[in-house]
Amino acid sequence: MNGYNFAYLDEQTKRMIRRALLKAVAIPGYQVPFGGREMPMPYGWGTGGVQLTASILGADDILKVIDQGADDTTNAVSIRHFFQRVAGVETTTATTAADVIQTRHRIPETPLRSGQILVFQVPIPEPLRFIEPSEQETRLMHALEEYGVMHVKLYEDIARYGHIATTYAYPVKVDGRYVMDPSPIPKFDNPKLDGNPALMLFGAGREKRLYAIPPHTRVESLDFEDHPFEIQRWEHSCALCGSDRSYLDEVITDDKGGRMFVCSDTDYCQTRRGEVA
Amino acid sequence: MLSETGVSPKPSLPRLTVDGLHKQFLLHGQGGLEIDVMRDLSLTLHAGECLVLAGRSGIGKSTLLKMLYGDYRIDQGWIRLHFDDGELDLETLPAYAWHGLRRDVIGYVSQFLRVVPRVAAVDVVMEPLLARGADENEARQRAETLLARLNLPERLWRLPPGTFSGGEQQRVNIARGFIGEHPLLLLDEPTASLDAANRDVVIALIHEAKARGTAMLGIFHDEDVRERVADRLLPLDGSLGSPAATSQSFRESLS
Amino acid sequence: MKKPRLTRPVLLDVQDITRLYGPAKGCEAIDFRLHAGEVLGIVGESGSGKSTLLRVLAGLEAPDAGRVIYRRAVHEPEAARADFHEPEAARAGAGEDVLDKGELERDEAELDLYAVGEARRRALLRLEWGLVHQNPRDGLRMGVSAGANIGERLMAQGQRHYGQLRATGQAWMRQVELDPGRIDDAPRTFSGGMQQRLQIARTLVTRPRLVFMDEPTGGLDVSVQARLLDMLRTLVRSLGLSVVLVTHDLAVARLLAHRLMVMRRGQVVETGLTDQILDDPQHEYTQLLVSSVLTP
Repeated sequence: MNGYNFAYLDEQTKRMIRRALLKAVAIPGYQVPFGGREMPMPYGWGTGGVQLTASILGADDILKVIDQGADDTTNAVSIRHFFQRVAGVETTTATTAADVIQTRHRIPETPLRSGQILVFQVPIPEPLRFIEPSEQETRLMHALEEYGVMHVKLYEDIARYGHIATTYAYPVKVDGRYVMDPSPIPKFDNPKLDGNPALMLFGAGREKRLYAIPPHTRVESLDFEDHPFEIQRWEHSCALCGSDRSYLDEVITDDKGGRMFVCSDTDYCQTRRGEVA
Repeated sequence: MLSETGVSPKPSLPRLTVDGLHKQFLLHGQGGLEIDVMRDLSLTLHAGECLVLAGRSGIGKSTLLKMLYGDYRIDQGWIRLHFDDGELDLETLPAYAWHGLRRDVIGYVSQFLRVVPRVAAVDVVMEPLLARGADENEARQRAETLLARLNLPERLWRLPPGTFSGGEQQRVNIARGFIGEHPLLLLDEPTASLDAANRDVVIALIHEAKARGTAMLGIFHDEDVRERVADRLLPLDGSLGSPAATSQSFRESLS
Repeated sequence: MKKPRLTRPVLLDVQDITRLYGPAKGCEAIDFRLHAGEVLGIVGESGSGKSTLLRVLAGLEAPDAGRVIYRRAVHEPEAARADFHEPEAARAGAGEDVLDKGELERDEAELDLYAVGEARRRALLRLEWGLVHQNPRDGLRMGVSAGANIGERLMAQGQRHYGQLRATGQAWMRQVELDPGRIDDAPRTFSGGMQQRLQIARTLVTRPRLVFMDEPTGGLDVSVQARLLDMLRTLVRSLGLSVVLVTHDLAVARLLAHRLMVMRRGQVVETGLTDQILDDPQHEYTQLLVSSVLTP
């Protein structure tokens, strides 16, 4: 495509972002500032993730983009098309076939492998922001490991609901050091962060922060001794593929209260159906 | 059993010696007015002895007690406490050490009760024991025993003394002063607003304290009480009072 | 009878602290020592520099000059802290110089508040010190429950048992005369006096050795003040706290403080035993201050 550098961003910008990524990988869970660029899409549409993807994408890479686990939602489709046009890379919906997976809200059900890179779109990178509005102060809190307030939030959940009611963006401690917001993935996906063989990168476009979890890094979800971390469970299995171990979306099927539960990960679901069928 | 000569009837060592004490108030607000309220006062007090300060009313006998208790600064002269294993000079005692001294050594029954409002009478009385880390139940029991002895009606024990009559407040104050069994006790007219029966209780308390070896320095206007508790009288007309003003305290001297 | 042991280890050694925003604005050349188990009142009118001094002492604002030395015993067992009446201190003669030297130095570690790193200083404020603000809203998290407020310092210390945190929270609510049944209520539903008691519970739950209080009864109704004063006295005694108390209210100072420091225009004009400052003030300004009070 004429008029654009490969993958839209100029090489200087990519180098700057890659340097920031190297730092992020070197300090797992630490938020690295970067000079975010204007992208041809509004904030909230994944500008952080797109810039990271653009910076790491090679001409031979195969790209997969998911939104809420699905490859066919508006956001996923438009980002996939974007990179098809500005980088001419091959795209896929198959988790196993992808080299780079950009995601919003989910980690694929199919286990990732070494060499794959998962790029998260992050709206609010700062896990302490809910309690502390000052950026200067939160950076200091990270530097000094003042993380008592994170448990205040969980305490408050239990006091109010009888259990830890936080179901997404559930805070984790990375490599025993930095408390990190894993972006708005459901806590169902938190265990997948731990010791994952893939590299996981997180980009926040509006806040111009990126962070990383290198492969095989210890990632613990915060909890209490008497209220240990638990993932969501469903009484149903997927209505389409029958899986009883995947994250399910509730889908309204008509105006009469009809509904069903299906896998949020469309590739996983379709692959299983192919196998089953 | 008064001994006019000033010689202690007890062979014990002195517990307190005061030597050449002077006190002067300098009032900056009144053009630097200087008021001499005490000149060259000396005394010796032994364990188990009650020394009564004598002199015209209004010459400021409380001044001496207040200097001994740290309320007034010691400008000139010496106040020395004697112990089995050493001495303590109060004029050089650092301010931070005074509350320990008050807690363990010097007790004071003042004329007026000064307490945190809304604190129950029994809690006011037991506080000196709690300050030493005493068991709360034990302290409460002793406080109640004392209040009962001083004929304070039981219904008042759980009430704050702020609304009590003068005599009732005075009895709370006495109980608070005696409960700690300090080795040195300063008594500023403890019987002033008491009836005969309660005066007798206070006199008995003083005699018991003497038997324990408490050294006491007191002001008693009531002739009868003075006769019954004093081992000696300390005449103060010569060393107290001021030609300029008969000042009892800084605050009064300002009004 | 034996001579009483009146010595107390020095907890805070304040050396020539100056923090000026302008001429006579702030505090200048402040020098004093706070001993273990002592309540020191700093009194003065507004603008006298007492709040600035408190901020410097409490580690919140670096001084222009001077040092704040915190002396903490290294091998101090928990029990020794509770039994503050009989500190294992040197026994010596009467003068302050004599009292504070000798054996006391033996097992103490000195910590220069503004020479140590920020991490160390903030950890100190969080774990060993406490600060009670005049306005409870400044000291509380208004958005989370009373229980979470009390538990925060414990969680910051690493306590990770919800049931225990909750039990401790309820015990402390009882201690400060709050209804433990309201542990899940937000502080904003509490009255001003209740908020202040909650702030005190939140601060004292970790049993700090040293507590700074800035006009703790300041914004409260008179009837509520009295109850809080009594509570503070009881807590100071039972926990063996050392306190630096800033107040403009001489009646509060009389009831809480063992010792007073009178400040005017950023400087200390007089210092001494509380009763002595109030009954026999020496300095012209103190005499004016004391004689200007309506109730004794």
